[in-house]
Amino acid sequence: MLEARNISVELSGRDILRDVSVQLKKGEIVAILGANGAGKTTLIRVLNGTLPITKGTVSFDGKPLADKSRREIAGLIAIVAQENETKFPVTVLEFVLSGRFVQGGAFGWETADDLRAANAVLKSCDLAEYGNRLMNELSGGERQRVVLARAMAAESDVLLLDEPTANLDLSHQASMFRLVRSRCRELDVAAAVITHDLNLAAEFADTILLLKDGGIFSSGPTAECLTAENISAVFGVDVVLDAHPAVGRLRVTTIF
Amino acid sequence: MKNRRKTAILLTALLAAAVTCALAVGSESLSFFSLDENQQAILYEIRLPRVLLGACVGASLAVAGAGLQALLRNPLAEPYLLGVSNGAALGTMLSFGLFGSIAVARPAFAIIGAGIASAVVFRMAKSRSGMNVERLVLSGVIVTTFLSSIIVLLTSLLDAARLRSFTFWLLGDLSQATYQGFYLTLIASIAGTLAIASQSRALNLMMIGERDALDFGVEVKRVRLVVFTAASALVGASVAASGSVGYVGLIVPHLLRLAIGSDNRLIVPFSALAGAIFVVFADTVARLAIAPRELPVGAITALVGAPMFIYLLRRS
Repeated sequence: MLEARNISVELSGRDILRDVSVQLKKGEIVAILGANGAGKTTLIRVLNGTLPITKGTVSFDGKPLADKSRREIAGLIAIVAQENETKFPVTVLEFVLSGRFVQGGAFGWETADDLRAANAVLKSCDLAEYGNRLMNELSGGERQRVVLARAMAAESDVLLLDEPTANLDLSHQASMFRLVRSRCRELDVAAAVITHDLNLAAEFADTILLLKDGGIFSSGPTAECLTAENISAVFGVDVVLDAHPAVGRLRVTTIF
Repeated sequence: MKNRRKTAILLTALLAAAVTCALAVGSESLSFFSLDENQQAILYEIRLPRVLLGACVGASLAVAGAGLQALLRNPLAEPYLLGVSNGAALGTMLSFGLFGSIAVARPAFAIIGAGIASAVVFRMAKSRSGMNVERLVLSGVIVTTFLSSIIVLLTSLLDAARLRSFTFWLLGDLSQATYQGFYLTLIASIAGTLAIASQSRALNLMMIGERDALDFGVEVKRVRLVVFTAASALVGASVAASGSVGYVGLIVPHLLRLAIGSDNRLIVPFSALAGAIFVVFADTVARLAIAPRELPVGAITALVGAPMFIYLLRRS
Protein backbone atom coordinates (compact mmCIF):
# COMPACT_ATOMS: atom_id res chain seq x y z
CA MET A 1 0.00 0.00 0.00
CA LEU A 2 2.51 2.61 1.18
CA GLU A 3 6.02 1.92 0.02
CA ALA A 4 9.32 3.72 0.55
CA ARG A 5 12.12 2.68 -1.75
CA ASN A 6 15.83 3.35 -1.22
CA ILE A 7 15.27 6.44 0.86
CA SER A 8 18.22 8.62 1.81
CA VAL A 9 17.82 11.80 3.78
CA GLU A 10 20.55 14.32 4.39
CA LEU A 11 20.05 17.18 6.84
CA SER A 12 22.72 19.90 6.99
CA GLY A 13 25.41 17.59 5.67
CA ARG A 14 24.58 14.67 7.96
CA ASP A 15 23.13 11.39 6.73
CA ILE A 16 19.97 10.76 8.72
CA LEU A 17 18.72 7.88 6.58
CA ARG A 18 20.74 5.73 4.19
CA ASP A 19 19.07 3.57 1.56
CA VAL A 20 16.07 2.54 3.64
CA SER A 21 13.18 0.65 2.07
CA VAL A 22 9.98 -0.34 3.81
CA GLN A 23 6.59 -1.56 2.72
CA LEU A 24 3.36 -1.12 4.67
CA LYS A 25 0.71 -3.68 3.78
CA LYS A 26 -3.04 -3.71 4.35
CA GLY A 27 -3.99 -5.22 7.65
CA GLU A 28 -0.43 -5.35 8.97
CA ILE A 29 1.57 -3.55 11.61
CA VAL A 30 5.23 -2.76 11.06
CA ALA A 31 7.19 -1.90 14.19
CA ILE A 32 10.11 0.46 13.62
CA LEU A 33 12.74 -0.13 16.28
CA GLY A 34 16.14 1.37 16.97
CA ALA A 35 18.19 3.41 19.40
CA ASN A 36 17.69 7.15 19.86
CA GLY A 37 18.85 9.01 16.77
CA ALA A 38 18.64 5.93 14.52
CA GLY A 39 16.33 7.78 12.10
CA LYS A 40 12.95 6.35 13.13
CA THR A 41 11.05 9.64 13.33
CA THR A 42 12.70 10.85 10.15
CA LEU A 43 11.43 7.74 8.38
CA ILE A 44 7.89 8.33 9.63
CA ARG A 45 8.07 11.94 8.42
CA VAL A 46 9.30 10.74 5.04
CA LEU A 47 6.40 8.31 4.85
CA ASN A 48 3.82 11.06 5.17
CA GLY A 49 5.68 13.35 2.81
CA THR A 50 6.48 16.18 5.23
CA LEU A 51 10.26 15.82 5.00
CA PRO A 52 12.22 16.33 1.79
CA ILE A 53 13.99 13.21 0.54
CA THR A 54 17.53 13.37 -0.84
CA LYS A 55 17.26 10.08 -2.74
CA GLY A 56 14.55 7.47 -3.30
CA THR A 57 10.77 7.52 -3.68
CA VAL A 58 7.70 7.09 -1.53
CA SER A 59 4.59 5.86 -3.30
CA PHE A 60 1.01 5.05 -2.37
CA ASP A 61 -0.56 2.27 -4.44
CA GLY A 62 2.19 2.75 -6.99
CA LYS A 63 1.74 6.51 -7.37
CA PRO A 64 4.46 8.82 -6.02
CA LEU A 65 3.49 10.76 -2.90
CA ALA A 66 5.38 13.76 -4.26
CA ASP A 67 2.66 14.25 -6.90
CA LYS A 68 -0.10 14.52 -4.32
CA SER A 69 -1.30 17.63 -2.49
CA ARG A 70 -1.20 17.81 1.32
CA ARG A 71 -4.96 17.46 1.27
CA GLU A 72 -4.85 14.24 -0.76
CA ILE A 73 -2.10 12.78 1.40
CA ALA A 74 -3.99 13.62 4.60
CA GLY A 75 -6.98 11.70 3.24
CA LEU A 76 -4.79 8.59 2.91
CA ILE A 77 -2.31 8.82 5.77
CA ALA A 78 -2.88 9.88 9.38
CA ILE A 79 -0.03 10.43 11.80
CA VAL A 80 0.47 10.50 15.55
CA ALA A 81 3.47 12.73 15.99
CA GLN A 82 5.83 12.61 18.93
CA GLU A 83 5.65 16.04 20.49
CA ASN A 84 2.35 17.73 20.52
CA GLU A 85 2.26 21.44 21.03
CA THR A 86 -1.16 22.16 22.43
CA LYS A 87 -0.81 25.34 24.41
CA PHE A 88 -4.08 26.42 22.93
CA PRO A 89 -7.29 25.96 24.91
CA VAL A 90 -9.05 23.66 22.47
CA THR A 91 -11.54 21.03 23.59
CA VAL A 92 -10.88 17.32 23.12
CA LEU A 93 -13.81 17.00 20.72
CA GLU A 94 -12.62 19.92 18.58
CA PHE A 95 -9.13 18.47 18.55
CA VAL A 96 -10.35 15.08 17.40
CA LEU A 97 -12.59 16.69 14.78
CA SER A 98 -9.54 18.49 13.37
CA GLY A 99 -8.40 15.06 12.20
CA ARG A 100 -11.28 15.17 9.75
CA PHE A 101 -10.24 18.46 8.12
CA VAL A 102 -10.07 17.01 4.62
CA GLN A 103 -13.60 15.63 4.88
CA GLY A 104 -14.92 19.10 5.73
CA GLY A 105 -16.88 21.48 3.53
CA ALA A 106 -15.90 24.86 2.09
CA PHE A 107 -16.39 26.99 5.17
CA GLY A 108 -15.45 24.13 7.41
CA TRP A 109 -18.49 23.18 9.44
CA GLU A 110 -18.42 19.55 10.53
CA THR A 111 -21.22 17.26 9.45
CA ALA A 112 -23.22 14.77 11.51
CA ASP A 113 -20.91 12.14 10.00
CA ASP A 114 -17.84 13.87 11.41
CA LEU A 115 -19.41 14.03 14.86
CA ARG A 116 -20.38 10.37 14.73
CA ALA A 117 -16.86 9.33 13.73
CA ALA A 118 -15.27 11.53 16.39
CA ASN A 119 -17.53 10.29 19.17
CA ALA A 120 -16.99 6.67 18.11
CA VAL A 121 -13.19 6.92 18.33
CA LEU A 122 -13.39 8.83 21.60
CA LYS A 123 -15.37 5.95 23.00
CA SER A 124 -12.97 3.30 21.71
CA CYS A 125 -10.03 5.24 23.19
CA ASP A 126 -11.67 5.33 26.64
CA LEU A 127 -12.30 9.04 26.25
CA ALA A 128 -16.08 9.15 25.99
CA GLU A 129 -16.39 11.52 28.96
CA TYR A 130 -13.59 13.80 27.77
CA GLY A 131 -15.29 15.58 24.84
CA ASN A 132 -15.61 18.95 26.55
CA ARG A 133 -12.33 18.89 28.50
CA LEU A 134 -9.55 21.21 27.39
CA MET A 135 -6.45 19.72 25.78
CA ASN A 136 -4.04 21.89 27.76
CA GLU A 137 -5.55 20.67 31.02
CA LEU A 138 -5.09 16.94 30.38
CA SER A 139 -2.25 14.77 31.64
CA GLY A 140 0.44 13.66 29.19
CA GLY A 141 -1.03 10.20 28.83
CA GLU A 142 -4.59 11.40 28.33
CA ARG A 143 -3.38 13.87 25.73
CA GLN A 144 -1.56 11.12 23.90
CA ARG A 145 -4.73 9.07 23.70
CA VAL A 146 -6.58 12.07 22.26
CA VAL A 147 -3.86 12.48 19.65
CA LEU A 148 -4.27 8.83 18.70
CA ALA A 149 -8.04 9.29 18.60
CA ARG A 150 -7.62 12.20 16.19
CA ALA A 151 -5.53 10.07 13.85
CA MET A 152 -8.16 7.33 13.90
CA ALA A 153 -10.99 9.81 13.37
CA ALA A 154 -9.43 10.61 10.01
CA GLU A 155 -10.43 7.11 8.82
CA SER A 156 -7.35 6.95 6.63
CA ASP A 157 -5.81 3.91 4.93
CA VAL A 158 -2.48 4.26 6.71
CA LEU A 159 -1.66 5.03 10.34
CA LEU A 160 1.82 6.26 11.25
CA LEU A 161 2.47 6.23 14.99
CA ASP A 162 5.54 7.78 16.56
CA GLU A 163 5.86 6.37 20.09
CA PRO A 164 2.11 6.42 20.69
CA THR A 165 2.39 4.70 24.05
CA ALA A 166 5.38 6.51 25.57
CA ASN A 167 3.32 8.23 28.30
CA LEU A 168 0.61 5.65 28.78
CA ASP A 169 -0.05 3.49 31.82
CA LEU A 170 0.29 -0.27 31.51
CA SER A 171 -3.32 -1.03 30.72
CA HIS A 172 -3.64 1.73 28.13
CA GLN A 173 -0.38 0.71 26.43
CA ALA A 174 -1.85 -2.67 25.66
CA SER A 175 -5.33 -1.40 24.85
CA MET A 176 -3.98 1.21 22.41
CA PHE A 177 -1.97 -1.42 20.57
CA ARG A 178 -5.00 -3.72 20.54
CA LEU A 179 -7.05 -0.88 19.10
CA VAL A 180 -4.51 -0.22 16.35
CA ARG A 181 -4.36 -3.92 15.54
CA SER A 182 -8.13 -4.25 15.32
CA ARG A 183 -8.26 -1.18 13.00
CA CYS A 184 -5.69 -2.92 10.81
CA ARG A 185 -7.43 -6.28 10.74
CA GLU A 186 -11.01 -5.04 10.43
CA LEU A 187 -10.66 -1.99 8.22
CA ASP A 188 -7.66 -3.10 6.15
CA VAL A 189 -5.54 -0.29 7.52
CA ALA A 190 -1.77 -0.42 7.24
CA ALA A 191 0.21 0.80 10.25
CA ALA A 192 3.77 1.65 11.15
CA VAL A 193 4.60 2.10 14.83
CA ILE A 194 7.74 3.41 16.43
CA THR A 195 8.19 2.02 19.91
CA HIS A 196 10.89 1.34 22.45
CA ASP A 197 8.88 -1.41 24.09
CA LEU A 198 10.19 -4.61 22.53
CA ASN A 199 7.58 -6.74 24.29
CA LEU A 200 4.73 -4.75 22.80
CA ALA A 201 6.42 -4.97 19.41
CA ALA A 202 6.82 -8.72 19.81
CA GLU A 203 3.16 -9.09 20.69
CA PHE A 204 1.55 -6.81 18.14
CA ALA A 205 3.85 -6.30 15.14
CA ASP A 206 3.62 -8.47 12.04
CA THR A 207 6.97 -7.32 10.74
CA ILE A 208 9.91 -5.48 12.25
CA LEU A 209 12.25 -2.87 10.86
CA LEU A 210 15.41 -2.53 12.92
CA LEU A 211 17.25 0.71 12.23
CA LYS A 212 20.82 1.44 13.20
CA ASP A 213 22.61 4.73 12.44
CA GLY A 214 20.18 5.60 9.67
CA GLY A 215 20.38 2.27 7.84
CA ILE A 216 18.41 -0.96 8.02
CA PHE A 217 20.13 -3.40 10.34
CA SER A 218 17.55 -6.11 9.89
CA SER A 219 13.96 -6.42 8.71
CA GLY A 220 11.41 -9.17 8.33
CA PRO A 221 8.78 -11.11 10.24
CA THR A 222 8.84 -10.46 13.96
CA ALA A 223 10.06 -13.91 15.01
CA GLU A 224 13.02 -13.83 12.61
CA CYS A 225 14.01 -10.26 13.26
CA LEU A 226 13.76 -10.03 17.03
CA THR A 227 16.75 -12.11 18.05
CA ALA A 228 19.06 -11.63 20.99
CA GLU A 229 22.01 -10.94 18.64
CA ASN A 230 20.11 -8.28 16.66
CA ILE A 231 18.84 -6.55 19.78
CA SER A 232 22.19 -6.41 21.49
CA ALA A 233 23.86 -5.20 18.29
CA VAL A 234 21.33 -2.40 17.77
CA PHE A 235 20.74 -1.28 21.35
CA GLY A 236 24.07 -2.24 22.91
CA VAL A 237 22.48 -4.17 25.77
CA ASP A 238 22.32 -7.87 26.52
CA VAL A 239 18.91 -9.47 26.55
CA VAL A 240 17.36 -12.80 27.28
CA LEU A 241 14.60 -14.01 24.99
CA ASP A 242 12.25 -16.68 26.16
CA ALA A 243 8.63 -17.71 25.96
CA HIS A 244 6.39 -15.87 28.37
CA PRO A 245 5.42 -18.33 31.14
CA ALA A 246 1.81 -17.14 31.23
CA VAL A 247 0.90 -16.57 27.57
CA GLY A 248 3.69 -18.22 25.64
CA ARG A 249 4.64 -15.34 23.36
CA LEU A 250 8.14 -13.98 22.92
CA ARG A 251 9.45 -12.18 26.00
CA VAL A 252 12.39 -9.78 25.97
CA THR A 253 14.22 -9.15 29.23
CA THR A 254 17.10 -6.72 29.53
CA ILE A 255 20.13 -7.79 31.56
CA PHE A 256 21.32 -4.72 33.42
CA MET B 1 -25.61 26.29 18.60
CA LYS B 2 -28.14 28.32 20.55
CA ASN B 3 -25.38 30.58 21.77
CA ARG B 4 -24.25 31.27 18.23
CA ARG B 5 -27.69 32.34 17.15
CA LYS B 6 -28.09 34.51 20.24
CA THR B 7 -24.78 36.24 19.58
CA ALA B 8 -25.69 36.80 15.93
CA ILE B 9 -29.08 38.30 16.81
CA LEU B 10 -27.62 40.44 19.57
CA LEU B 11 -24.86 41.84 17.35
CA THR B 12 -27.23 42.55 14.46
CA ALA B 13 -29.62 44.39 16.79
CA LEU B 14 -26.74 46.38 18.27
CA LEU B 15 -25.53 47.33 14.80
CA ALA B 16 -29.01 48.52 13.81
CA ALA B 17 -29.22 50.53 17.02
CA ALA B 18 -25.76 52.05 16.56
CA VAL B 19 -26.52 53.04 12.96
CA THR B 20 -29.89 54.59 13.83
CA CYS B 21 -28.39 56.47 16.72
CA ALA B 22 -25.44 57.67 14.65
CA LEU B 23 -27.78 58.98 11.95
CA ALA B 24 -30.05 60.78 14.40
CA VAL B 25 -27.63 62.57 16.67
CA GLY B 26 -25.05 65.21 15.92
CA SER B 27 -24.66 68.97 15.79
CA GLU B 28 -28.11 68.95 14.16
CA SER B 29 -30.50 66.52 15.83
CA LEU B 30 -32.68 64.74 13.28
CA SER B 31 -36.09 63.22 13.77
CA PHE B 32 -36.56 60.86 10.84
CA PHE B 33 -40.26 61.53 10.33
CA SER B 34 -40.23 65.27 9.73
CA LEU B 35 -37.18 66.45 7.85
CA ASP B 36 -36.88 69.71 6.02
CA GLU B 37 -34.74 70.05 2.92
CA ASN B 38 -31.61 70.98 4.82
CA GLN B 39 -32.01 68.12 7.23
CA GLN B 40 -32.53 65.69 4.36
CA ALA B 41 -29.29 66.85 2.84
CA ILE B 42 -27.50 66.36 6.14
CA LEU B 43 -28.94 62.87 6.48
CA TYR B 44 -28.37 61.56 2.96
CA GLU B 45 -25.26 63.40 1.89
CA ILE B 46 -23.27 63.73 5.09
CA ARG B 47 -24.34 61.32 7.78
CA LEU B 48 -25.44 58.26 5.82
CA PRO B 49 -22.25 57.82 3.76
CA ARG B 50 -20.22 58.48 6.88
CA VAL B 51 -22.03 55.87 8.96
CA LEU B 52 -21.99 53.31 6.17
CA LEU B 53 -18.29 53.86 5.57
CA GLY B 54 -17.63 53.63 9.29
CA ALA B 55 -19.42 50.29 9.45
CA CYS B 56 -17.39 48.95 6.50
CA VAL B 57 -14.09 50.17 7.91
CA GLY B 58 -14.85 48.68 11.31
CA ALA B 59 -15.81 45.34 9.81
CA SER B 60 -12.70 45.27 7.59
CA LEU B 61 -10.23 46.14 10.33
CA ALA B 62 -11.71 43.71 12.84
CA VAL B 63 -11.70 40.83 10.35
CA ALA B 64 -8.14 41.64 9.26
CA GLY B 65 -7.07 41.63 12.91
CA ALA B 66 -8.85 38.33 13.63
CA GLY B 67 -7.24 36.73 10.57
CA LEU B 68 -3.72 37.92 11.39
CA GLN B 69 -4.05 36.89 15.04
CA ALA B 70 -5.10 33.37 14.10
CA LEU B 71 -2.39 33.08 11.49
CA LEU B 72 0.41 34.34 13.73
CA ARG B 73 -1.05 32.69 16.84
CA ASN B 74 -0.63 36.00 18.56
CA PRO B 75 -3.42 38.10 20.10
CA LEU B 76 -1.34 41.26 19.64
CA ALA B 77 -1.19 41.08 15.86
CA GLU B 78 -3.09 44.15 14.71
CA PRO B 79 -2.81 45.98 11.37
CA TYR B 80 -2.24 49.40 12.94
CA LEU B 81 0.39 48.24 15.43
CA LEU B 82 2.24 46.18 12.84
CA GLY B 83 2.68 49.11 10.49
CA VAL B 84 0.35 47.64 7.88
CA SER B 85 -1.96 50.65 8.19
CA ASN B 86 0.97 53.00 7.78
CA GLY B 87 2.04 51.15 4.63
CA ALA B 88 -1.46 51.67 3.30
CA ALA B 89 -1.38 55.34 4.33
CA LEU B 90 1.88 55.90 2.47
CA GLY B 91 0.44 54.15 -0.58
CA THR B 92 -2.61 56.39 -0.45
CA MET B 93 -0.46 59.53 -0.23
CA LEU B 94 1.68 58.43 -3.15
CA SER B 95 -1.36 57.80 -5.32
CA PHE B 96 -2.74 61.17 -4.21
CA GLY B 97 0.43 62.84 -5.42
CA LEU B 98 0.78 60.84 -8.62
CA PHE B 99 -2.80 60.19 -9.74
CA GLY B 100 -4.78 62.64 -7.61
CA SER B 101 -7.84 62.56 -9.84
CA ILE B 102 -8.31 58.79 -10.13
CA ALA B 103 -10.36 57.56 -7.17
CA VAL B 104 -9.66 53.84 -7.68
CA ALA B 105 -5.90 54.44 -7.59
CA ARG B 106 -6.03 55.29 -3.88
CA PRO B 107 -7.30 51.95 -2.53
CA ALA B 108 -5.18 50.12 -5.11
CA PHE B 109 -2.00 51.86 -3.95
CA ALA B 110 -3.06 51.51 -0.32
CA ILE B 111 -3.51 47.76 -0.72
CA ILE B 112 -0.08 47.43 -2.34
CA GLY B 113 1.43 49.53 0.45
CA ALA B 114 -0.26 47.39 3.10
CA GLY B 115 0.98 44.23 1.40
CA ILE B 116 4.58 45.41 1.23
CA ALA B 117 4.56 46.64 4.83
CA SER B 118 3.16 43.36 6.16
CA ALA B 119 5.64 41.32 4.11
CA VAL B 120 8.52 43.35 5.56
CA VAL B 121 7.25 43.11 9.15
CA PHE B 122 6.76 39.36 9.02
CA ARG B 123 10.12 38.80 7.37
CA MET B 124 11.74 40.82 10.14
CA ALA B 125 9.78 39.15 12.93
CA LYS B 126 10.64 35.65 11.80
CA SER B 127 13.80 34.30 13.29
CA ARG B 128 15.30 30.83 13.23
CA SER B 129 13.42 29.91 16.35
CA GLY B 130 10.11 31.07 14.94
CA MET B 131 8.18 34.21 15.73
CA ASN B 132 7.73 35.47 19.27
CA VAL B 133 5.55 38.27 20.56
CA GLU B 134 8.35 40.70 21.38
CA ARG B 135 9.99 40.31 17.98
CA LEU B 136 6.73 40.84 16.16
CA VAL B 137 5.74 43.94 18.12
CA LEU B 138 9.24 45.37 17.81
CA SER B 139 9.30 44.82 14.06
CA GLY B 140 5.93 46.52 13.87
CA VAL B 141 7.22 49.52 15.81
CA ILE B 142 10.27 49.84 13.56
CA VAL B 143 8.27 49.67 10.34
CA THR B 144 5.62 52.04 11.75
CA THR B 145 8.12 54.70 12.78
CA PHE B 146 10.06 54.38 9.54
CA LEU B 147 6.93 54.80 7.45
CA SER B 148 5.72 57.61 9.72
CA SER B 149 8.86 59.59 9.08
CA ILE B 150 8.38 59.28 5.31
CA ILE B 151 4.75 60.31 5.72
CA VAL B 152 5.77 63.34 7.81
CA LEU B 153 8.28 64.27 5.14
CA LEU B 154 5.58 64.13 2.49
CA THR B 155 3.03 66.07 4.55
CA SER B 156 5.53 68.84 5.26
CA LEU B 157 5.26 69.66 1.57
CA LEU B 158 1.55 70.46 2.00
CA ASP B 159 0.08 73.86 2.75
CA ALA B 160 -1.41 74.61 6.14
CA ALA B 161 -5.08 74.03 5.30
CA ARG B 162 -4.52 70.64 3.75
CA LEU B 163 -2.05 69.74 6.47
CA ARG B 164 -4.80 69.80 9.08
CA SER B 165 -7.10 67.54 7.09
CA PHE B 166 -4.21 65.18 6.37
CA THR B 167 -3.23 65.01 10.02
CA PHE B 168 -6.81 64.13 10.90
CA TRP B 169 -6.93 61.54 8.14
CA LEU B 170 -3.70 59.95 9.39
CA LEU B 171 -5.26 59.49 12.80
CA GLY B 172 -8.31 57.89 11.29
CA ASP B 173 -11.10 60.21 10.25
CA LEU B 174 -14.48 59.54 8.70
CA SER B 175 -15.56 63.16 8.14
CA GLN B 176 -14.54 63.11 4.47
CA ALA B 177 -16.77 60.11 3.71
CA THR B 178 -18.31 59.85 0.25
CA TYR B 179 -20.57 57.24 -1.33
CA GLN B 180 -17.77 56.45 -3.77
CA GLY B 181 -15.37 55.72 -0.92
CA PHE B 182 -18.04 53.63 0.75
CA TYR B 183 -18.65 51.48 -2.35
CA LEU B 184 -14.94 50.80 -2.89
CA THR B 185 -14.48 49.86 0.77
CA LEU B 186 -17.62 47.73 0.72
CA ILE B 187 -16.33 45.64 -2.19
CA ALA B 188 -12.97 45.09 -0.48
CA SER B 189 -14.53 44.29 2.87
CA ILE B 190 -16.93 41.71 1.46
CA ALA B 191 -14.23 40.04 -0.67
CA GLY B 192 -11.66 40.09 2.14
CA THR B 193 -14.06 38.81 4.78
CA LEU B 194 -15.21 35.93 2.57
CA ALA B 195 -11.60 35.05 1.77
CA ILE B 196 -10.58 34.91 5.44
CA ALA B 197 -13.79 33.17 6.47
CA SER B 198 -13.15 30.47 3.87
CA GLN B 199 -9.85 29.70 5.63
CA SER B 200 -11.25 29.79 9.13
CA ARG B 201 -11.22 26.04 9.78
CA ALA B 202 -7.70 25.79 8.38
CA LEU B 203 -6.77 28.64 10.74
CA ASN B 204 -8.30 26.68 13.62
CA LEU B 205 -6.00 23.77 12.85
CA MET B 206 -2.99 26.06 12.49
CA MET B 207 -3.65 27.54 15.93
CA ILE B 208 -3.27 24.04 17.38
CA GLY B 209 0.07 23.68 15.59
CA GLU B 210 1.34 24.33 12.08
CA ARG B 211 2.99 20.95 11.64
CA ASP B 212 -0.11 19.17 12.87
CA ALA B 213 -2.17 21.22 10.43
CA LEU B 214 0.14 20.22 7.59
CA ASP B 215 -0.15 16.57 8.64
CA PHE B 216 -3.92 16.73 8.51
CA GLY B 217 -4.20 18.28 5.08
CA VAL B 218 -3.98 22.06 5.52
CA GLU B 219 -2.05 23.69 2.68
CA VAL B 220 -0.32 25.96 5.18
CA LYS B 221 1.48 28.11 2.62
CA ARG B 222 -1.67 28.77 0.66
CA VAL B 223 -3.63 29.67 3.78
CA ARG B 224 -0.90 32.12 4.74
CA LEU B 225 -0.95 33.73 1.30
CA VAL B 226 -4.75 34.03 1.23
CA VAL B 227 -4.97 35.53 4.72
CA PHE B 228 -2.11 38.01 4.20
CA THR B 229 -3.51 39.14 0.85
CA ALA B 230 -7.03 39.46 2.20
CA ALA B 231 -5.86 41.32 5.31
CA SER B 232 -3.84 43.72 3.15
CA ALA B 233 -6.87 44.33 0.93
CA LEU B 234 -9.13 44.95 3.92
CA VAL B 235 -6.68 47.31 5.60
CA GLY B 236 -5.67 49.03 2.35
CA ALA B 237 -9.21 49.84 1.28
CA SER B 238 -10.14 51.04 4.78
CA VAL B 239 -7.12 53.28 5.12
CA ALA B 240 -7.60 54.77 1.65
CA ALA B 241 -11.11 55.84 2.65
CA SER B 242 -10.66 56.82 6.27
CA GLY B 243 -7.02 56.83 7.33
CA SER B 244 -5.50 54.62 10.00
CA VAL B 245 -8.16 53.88 12.57
CA GLY B 246 -6.15 51.99 15.15
CA TYR B 247 -6.79 49.15 17.60
CA VAL B 248 -10.12 48.01 16.10
CA GLY B 249 -8.50 44.74 15.01
CA LEU B 250 -7.17 44.25 18.53
CA ILE B 251 -10.18 45.08 20.69
CA VAL B 252 -12.99 43.48 18.73
CA PRO B 253 -11.66 39.93 18.18
CA HIS B 254 -10.33 39.84 21.73
CA LEU B 255 -13.67 40.68 23.34
CA LEU B 256 -15.40 38.17 21.08
CA ARG B 257 -12.95 35.44 22.04
CA LEU B 258 -13.69 36.13 25.69
CA ALA B 259 -17.40 35.79 24.98
CA ILE B 260 -17.64 32.86 22.57
CA GLY B 261 -14.26 31.06 22.48
CA SER B 262 -11.62 31.02 19.79
CA ASP B 263 -13.31 29.14 16.94
CA ASN B 264 -12.42 31.24 13.89
CA ARG B 265 -15.49 30.06 12.03
CA LEU B 266 -17.46 32.21 14.50
CA ILE B 267 -14.84 34.83 15.32
CA VAL B 268 -14.40 35.97 11.71
CA PRO B 269 -18.04 36.71 10.78
CA PHE B 270 -18.86 38.05 14.24
CA SER B 271 -15.78 40.30 14.12
CA ALA B 272 -17.24 41.90 11.01
CA LEU B 273 -20.48 42.72 12.84
CA ALA B 274 -18.86 43.79 16.09
CA GLY B 275 -16.19 45.84 14.30
CA ALA B 276 -18.88 47.75 12.43
CA ILE B 277 -20.72 48.45 15.69
CA PHE B 278 -17.55 49.61 17.42
CA VAL B 279 -16.45 52.08 14.75
CA VAL B 280 -19.94 53.50 14.15
CA PHE B 281 -20.28 54.02 17.89
CA ALA B 282 -16.77 55.46 18.30
CA ASP B 283 -17.37 57.87 15.43
CA THR B 284 -20.60 59.06 17.02
CA VAL B 285 -18.67 59.77 20.21
CA ALA B 286 -16.00 61.55 18.15
CA ARG B 287 -18.66 63.81 16.64
CA LEU B 288 -20.33 64.59 19.95
CA ALA B 289 -17.50 64.77 22.48
CA ILE B 290 -16.45 68.37 21.80
CA ALA B 291 -19.36 69.42 19.53
CA PRO B 292 -19.64 71.44 17.42
CA ARG B 293 -15.99 70.59 16.74
CA GLU B 294 -15.01 66.99 15.96
CA LEU B 295 -12.34 64.54 16.97
CA PRO B 296 -10.85 61.99 14.56
CA VAL B 297 -12.43 58.58 15.22
CA GLY B 298 -8.96 57.04 15.53
CA ALA B 299 -8.39 59.10 18.69
CA ILE B 300 -11.40 57.45 20.33
CA THR B 301 -10.50 53.89 19.28
CA ALA B 302 -6.92 54.40 20.49
CA LEU B 303 -8.20 55.71 23.81
CA VAL B 304 -9.91 52.35 24.38
CA GLY B 305 -7.36 50.21 22.58
CA ALA B 306 -4.05 51.29 24.07
CA PRO B 307 -4.88 50.23 27.65
CA MET B 308 -6.18 46.93 26.32
CA PHE B 309 -2.94 46.39 24.40
CA ILE B 310 -0.95 46.82 27.61
CA TYR B 311 -3.24 44.37 29.36
CA LEU B 312 -2.82 41.76 26.60
CA LEU B 313 0.95 42.24 26.50
CA ARG B 314 1.22 41.63 30.23
CA ARG B 315 -0.80 38.47 29.93
CA SER B 316 1.09 36.89 27.01
